[in-house]
Amino acid sequence: MTDTAQRAPRTYKDFGQPLWRRILLTREMAIVGLLVIVYLVAALSVRNFAAPITITYLLLDVAAILMIALPMTLIIITGEIDLSVASIVGLSSVVLGTLHQAGLPIEAAGLVAIVVGAIAGAVNGFFITVVGLPSLAVTIGTLALFRGLAVGLLGTTAVTDFTEFWTDLAKSKIPGTPIPSVMILFVVLAIAFAIVLHFTAFGRGIFAIGLSSEAARFSGVNVERTKFILFVLSGAVSALAGIYYTLRFGSARGDNATGLELSVIAAVLLGGVSIFGGRGAIHGVIAGVLLIGILSSALRLANVTSDVINIITGALLVASVVSTSILAWARRRRVGPGVKKGPPAPGQD
Amino acid sequence: MKFARKARAGAIVAAALSVALVATGCAAGDSGDGGDGGDGGNLSITFLPKNLGNAYFDTSNGGGEEAISEFGGTYAEVGPTEATPDSQVSFINTLTQQGVGAIAVSANDPEAICDALNEARDAGVKVVTFDSDTNPDCRDVFINQATAEGIAKIEVDLIAEQIGGAGEIAILSATANATNQNAWIELMKEELAANYPDITLVEVVYGDDDDQTSFDKTAALLQTYPNLKGIISPTTVGISAAARYLSTSEFKGKVALTGLGTPNQMREYVEDGTVTAFALWNPADLGYLAAYAAKALIEGEITGAEGDTFDAGKLGSYTVGADGVVLLGDPYVFDADNIGDFDF
Repeated sequence: MTDTAQRAPRTYKDFGQPLWRRILLTREMAIVGLLVIVYLVAALSVRNFAAPITITYLLLDVAAILMIALPMTLIIITGEIDLSVASIVGLSSVVLGTLHQAGLPIEAAGLVAIVVGAIAGAVNGFFITVVGLPSLAVTIGTLALFRGLAVGLLGTTAVTDFTEFWTDLAKSKIPGTPIPSVMILFVVLAIAFAIVLHFTAFGRGIFAIGLSSEAARFSGVNVERTKFILFVLSGAVSALAGIYYTLRFGSARGDNATGLELSVIAAVLLGGVSIFGGRGAIHGVIAGVLLIGILSSALRLANVTSDVINIITGALLVASVVSTSILAWARRRRVGPGVKKGPPAPGQD
Repeated sequence: MKFARKARAGAIVAAALSVALVATGCAAGDSGDGGDGGDGGNLSITFLPKNLGNAYFDTSNGGGEEAISEFGGTYAEVGPTEATPDSQVSFINTLTQQGVGAIAVSANDPEAICDALNEARDAGVKVVTFDSDTNPDCRDVFINQATAEGIAKIEVDLIAEQIGGAGEIAILSATANATNQNAWIELMKEELAANYPDITLVEVVYGDDDDQTSFDKTAALLQTYPNLKGIISPTTVGISAAARYLSTSEFKGKVALTGLGTPNQMREYVEDGTVTAFALWNPADLGYLAAYAAKALIEGEITGAEGDTFDAGKLGSYTVGADGVVLLGDPYVFDADNIGDFDF
C-alpha cells in the first residue's frame, strides 16, 4: 500500500522519437536511399544508363507492377495475400480483346474488363471472408481458374487490331519529359491508396487487422468487410493494369503477364511490407518496385544475363527480409534481459 | 531504443549497399565489353532467343556465333528466362540503347515486340527474325527454317523410301485444329497422290500433342490396321511417343516411323533401330544464316527487298523472297550416321 505512494508518477511522451527521426530512420527510407544510391552508381558506371530514355523504358516496364502493388500492399498489411492478380491481368486482357474484336469501342470494352476484374476480386473475397478460407489457398486456386478462363476464351490466338490512338496513348510520354503518360494514372492511384492507408480510419483498421485480427474486431473494425473491399479493389486495379498491358504491347493474349504476381509480391516485400501483416507504407513499396526495375535495367545494359539478374534481385530480396529478422532478433536480445529481470517487484522493497 | 533504431536503419543501408555495390560492380566491369562491341564498327550482332537455357536455341545461336567469328563481328546473346509474350521487349529496348548493329530474334509473340523492334530500326539497328517471325513490317528479313511444301515432301519421300514405295500408311498428328500440321497433311496428300499412287493413307489420328494420348493412338492404329507399313508423325511429341510404343512392341522394325523430331528425343530409337530417319531443320544452319543476313543488312548489301542476294559463308548464296523471307532450304534428314553430331 505504501509503495504506490512512493513511486513517482510515470510520464509518457507522445512519441519515443522526434518526427524527423520517425520519418527518416525507417526501413522505407532505407529502401528509398538505396534506390538513389543504385541509380547514381548505375548512372556513373553503366554506359547509356544515364540517358533519359532509360527512365521511359523503365517506367513503361514497371507501370503494371506499380499499379498492382498498391492494393497488394494493403492486402499484405492485413496479413492476407492475393496470388491471382496476374491471372486477372490475363483475363482482363482477353475480355478487352474479345469485346473489341466484337466491335465494342475500347472505352466500353475497358469498362467491362474492369468490372470483370472486380467480380474476380469479389470471388476471392467471398471465399476468404464469407466462407472463411485462407487467402493463400483461395488465390492459388483462382490463379489457375482465372488463367484457365483467359486462355480458354481466346485459345492460343491473339487479338492485335487495337485502335492506334489507344496503343499510342499507352506508350506516349508526358510532353517535354521522358516520363510515360501512364504515370499520371499511377500517381493518382498511388495518392488515393496512400490517403486511404495512412490517413483514414479504414486504413488504420487495415493495420489493426494485420497486427491482430481479433483485437481489431473487438475495437470495432469490420474485418470481413475490410478484406472483401481490398480483394475487390485488387481485382479492379489488376484489370486496369491488364488494359494498360494489352494496349502497350498491342496484343491481347490469355498468357499475358504470366508470373507477374511474383514480381509484385517481391517488390512489395522489398519495400518494407511485413509478410506477417501489420507493417508497411506506400512510399516504401513504390521505392521497392523502382529499385528492382532500376537494378535489372542497369544490369541488362551492362550485358549481365537474365539468370544472373534474377540471382541478384533474389539475393537483394532475401537480404532485405533477413536483415529485418536479424535486427529484430538483435533488438530482442538487447531488450530481452531487462524485461526478464524486470524492475524489482514493489512489494519486495 | 534510440541506438537500436539507428543501428537497424544503418544495418539495412549497409546490407543493401553491399548488394548494390556487388551488383553494379559486375555491371561496371561488363559495360566495358558491351561498349567496345558497340564501338567496333556495326558488326555487333546480338541473338535474342525465345528464352535462355533452351537446347534448340543454344544450337541455333551456336551457329550464329560461328558465322560471326568467321566474318569478324561481335557475337552476344541475351534473353529472358521465361518465354512469355512481353519478356523480350525490355531486352530489345536495351539493345536499342546500346546501339548494336543488328538483333537476330525468335519472336515469342508476333505483335508484342513489334513496337520495340521498330524503335530499334528507327535508331539504325537491323532486325532479323529467325525460327519464329513477327509481323513483316516489324523486321528487315525473316529466316524461314522450312516451307510447308518442303516439310510435306521430305516426310512423304522418307516414308516411301522406308516402306519400299507401296502399302498402307497412317498419320499421327497433333491436335485436330493445329494450323501447321493440317497444312502439311493436305500437302502430303497431294504429294502422295501425285508421286506415290501405290501408297494408301488409311487414317489421320490426333494425339493432341500429348505424350500419353499419342502413345495410345499409336497402339490403336497398329491394332486397327494389321497391314500398316508406316506412320508419319509431323509433330515432335507424336513421333517420340510413337517411337516409344514401337520400340517395345512386336512391330519394332516392321512398321516404319518418320516425321518431325529432335535428335535428343529420337536418339535412342534411331540407335535401337526403331526409326531409320526423320526430318527437321538444322538449327545451327538457321542461326548461321541469320548471322550472315544480319551482316549483309548492316553492310548495306541487302535491304530486305525481294530479289536481294547475299553470301552466307559455307551455306552459299541466298536470295530474299517475297515479304523479306529468306528460306534456309530443304529440311535436314537425321539418321544413324549424323545424329551423334547434334545436341538439341
